[in-house]
Amino acid sequence: MASQMEYPPRKIIAMIRAGMRDEVLSSNSMWFCLSCHLCGCRCPQKVKPTELAHALESLATQYGYRIKRTRTPAMYHSFVDSIKDNGRVHEFGMMFRFYLRTNPLAALKMLPIGLKLLLHGRMPLTLKKVKGKEDLSRIIQKFRESRGT
Amino acid sequence: MKQYTYYPGCSAHATAIGLGLSVEAVAKPLDMELIELEDWTCCGSTPYGSLDELESIVVAARNLALAEKTGLDLVTPCSSCYVTLNRADIQLEDHPHLLAQVNEALAVSNLEYHRNLRIRHLVDVLVNDITPEVIATKVKRSLHGLKVAPYYGCQLVRPHFGTDDTEFPQSLDRLVECLGTEAVYFPLKARCCGGALIISEEDLALGLIRKLLDNALENGAQCITTPCPLCQTNLDAYQSRVNSKFKTHYNLPVLFITQLIGLALDIDPVALGLKTNIVSPGAMLNYIDNHTPSYHSSLKLN
Repeated sequence: MASQMEYPPRKIIAMIRAGMRDEVLSSNSMWFCLSCHLCGCRCPQKVKPTELAHALESLATQYGYRIKRTRTPAMYHSFVDSIKDNGRVHEFGMMFRFYLRTNPLAALKMLPIGLKLLLHGRMPLTLKKVKGKEDLSRIIQKFRESRGT
Repeated sequence: MKQYTYYPGCSAHATAIGLGLSVEAVAKPLDMELIELEDWTCCGSTPYGSLDELESIVVAARNLALAEKTGLDLVTPCSSCYVTLNRADIQLEDHPHLLAQVNEALAVSNLEYHRNLRIRHLVDVLVNDITPEVIATKVKRSLHGLKVAPYYGCQLVRPHFGTDDTEFPQSLDRLVECLGTEAVYFPLKARCCGGALIISEEDLALGLIRKLLDNALENGAQCITTPCPLCQTNLDAYQSRVNSKFKTHYNLPVLFITQLIGLALDIDPVALGLKTNIVSPGAMLNYIDNHTPSYHSSLKLN
């Protein structure tokens, strides 16, 4: 995936050390991390690039950077919105949001796979109400208050 | 009968319904009582932790606090839930002030987490509690002769929460072999399938899936088996996409490990959710039928 990154991991670390905040946080690099943890498990110095990617993604989100040349932030937002709305991920709803956010026409390309999943009973169109949903919302709300966000 | 608190994860009720069904079908014959965690919510998975690292911990912690109250080990068949819940637990160990802040938030629902919980993957439970030796004694029809590529994916073995090797793990191989099946040489068995980026960066992920299918096939596999809901969906549902992109002709069934175990226990394939597999395992079931006749009936999906 490094081939798609504007700056590969070592360059990103060098840029952070050089204080290039905007360039780092607006880049698409960390959004191409697959979270496979292979690099961290191999590193003899116990550097954890996966953790770094998540931290950079969180900072870029917190400070509202608009990220180009990757659709992964839109997918992550669709996923998290689905959790916040339902208490659990509703995959059909998540995909729906993702294509609305990116390119609704591209959903046509997904139709064959979506239909296959649907016909095999793997894409429920509705989600049963999750009892813990309100509970989770209250907990998140309280956590935000104590963090001051 | 060993008791566990069971955390299925969101996928096991939807895109990976075959996982949910087969786990429930094999639990009792393997002497496991899986008691579903009441009122569980999503673990947050990789996306939540990527967009808001701190908040994702409180999302996971609600489930940890609920599970801790049961006094049993928490078991999940989902590799992503396994990693997400364990990572949250470790963050709370490393940062006591964060644990205090999380508990302050959990208190609005009268919950509190004390970090007194074991979070385990179902494969760990099958290998280390139930054990392959005991599973072998319960096999009703040996799947002898069937060649299987055991696919671990990433999160079952990385980062390192269990005891298996992070690149050449063996636990799933042992489960496959105790059923009489042959675990084929599969050097890419713990490489990434692309994960959730199949949705946002499909072309890149299809390339990774192709490598895995190719590696399994060139080593003679008749099917792939994995515990991970996302890996299974990528390899199974997107196989036709790989074929059209790369002009290939893969037709390799991808079974959840609990579906494979269920076949060896002679459980009805429909009860194991095999009808929900996209690449039809029909030819593979015929092969099993011809080589090791069932005591009960032949394996039919209809």
